[in-house]
Amino acid sequence: MRQKKLFVLLAALVAGVGGLSSTAVRADENTDAIARYREMIADGNPAELVAAQGEELWKTKRGPKNASLEKCDLGLGAGIVKGASAQMPRYFKDTGRVQDLETRLMTCMETLQGIDPKLVVDAQWLKGEREKMAALVAYIVTESNGQKINIDMSPPQMKKMYELGKMAFYYRSGPMDFACTTCHGAEGKRIRLQDLPDLRTQAGAAAGWGTWPAYRVSSGEFWTMQHRLNDCYRQQRTAEPIYGSDVTIALSVFLAATAKGGPVLTPGLKR
Amino acid sequence: MNKINIIAALMAVSSGAFAASGDIHAEFAAMMDRSFKTTGIADKYRMHQLSFQKECSAEKDPPKKVMQAIEAEQLKTIRYPADGKYLGDWKEGEKIATSGKGLTWTDKTRFDNGGGCYNCHQLSHKEIAYGTIGPSLQDYGKVRGNSDEIVKYTWGKIYNAKAYNACSNMPRNGDAEILTEQQMKHLMAFLLDPESPVNKK
Repeated sequence: MRQKKLFVLLAALVAGVGGLSSTAVRADENTDAIARYREMIADGNPAELVAAQGEELWKTKRGPKNASLEKCDLGLGAGIVKGASAQMPRYFKDTGRVQDLETRLMTCMETLQGIDPKLVVDAQWLKGEREKMAALVAYIVTESNGQKINIDMSPPQMKKMYELGKMAFYYRSGPMDFACTTCHGAEGKRIRLQDLPDLRTQAGAAAGWGTWPAYRVSSGEFWTMQHRLNDCYRQQRTAEPIYGSDVTIALSVFLAATAKGGPVLTPGLKR
Repeated sequence: MNKINIIAALMAVSSGAFAASGDIHAEFAAMMDRSFKTTGIADKYRMHQLSFQKECSAEKDPPKKVMQAIEAEQLKTIRYPADGKYLGDWKEGEKIATSGKGLTWTDKTRFDNGGGCYNCHQLSHKEIAYGTIGPSLQDYGKVRGNSDEIVKYTWGKIYNAKAYNACSNMPRNGDAEILTEQQMKHLMAFLLDPESPVNKK
């Protein structure tokens, strides 16, 4: 059954890509095709497979301390996964830091399992501990699907991260003079045929923040939010943000705070 | 404790007090410095802002006077073709307009870049996969003609868009050495040649 669904998905994708390259087809028809395709597989996101691996990994004893992550506190108490990522990033008293899901998981892996965070930070995307991280993320964000984006902005540390994130959002640099706003600072724009959410607005930020992490059909990969932000910076032609660095957390706080109240539709599905 | 140590200690205390005073700009600079690294051709130095980039990094554009000063400075950077020839081959120009590659940390060299024009602009009558961040340039030459004035302006706009709009979204293709002079000549032909699909249905 699952295989059949995936086959249908792939067939739809091939048809969709064919449509994109055909000059006879108008742009809005292509957009409709993508919408139809999304609808068709709405009950069969390939991220489910990644999430299943992540759930198993969550319960598996590993690392120098031979422990599972089942006692990890994602902000709602030890071991509570349901709804946790809808309320992240969050200020954590035990680390004294604002953390997104991925940096929080690194803390749990280090304290509970004895796994060095450097193994995640220094890994390639979708390789080694970074791949395991993606699976864990897929599991955890699935458990917030259907909730509302609801981060706790009351701690002063969160307010400061919001301000820093906003400054990063408007920060122009590099050989192309781009900032996040170059693509995401106006209503109703596209890059080639790809619609761009206006991340300054609640609706736009919710459309962006609320649908990542996501399965990317074009690359056949599940991408975490860290992965998404990293590739935004790559296309901005800046230097590379370090995995889990404060600029990525600050931007996440800015986006999630702007998106507050919007729906969490994770894992998302992207073309 | 010798004098130098005392001075160092005083400086450490005062810089600590500076950070604690809540200067968000100092904190932001420190955050950016520790958050980025050099990967491949994308040097960490890219995070340092040019003065106009800094002026154009707020929610709103800077005051008109500041914009005009930036534009005057940027206008000085434009180098016009030494041989006086502005128009290359529109077919080559179309390829350059279509390619969005170059200058990322996954690119091997920084000297083989596309123009990425279709990311933001409508151009050819036949290409439907165009972005809308910039204005449509369809029929660019047909509408404007190819007077010396138009040719020179178009070259300048491609070379350094900030000379005409300080905080333009458009990269400085010539000034930032994204494209070569020859590539820009091909783009000129793509925009202005009557036979180009930009101008001919």
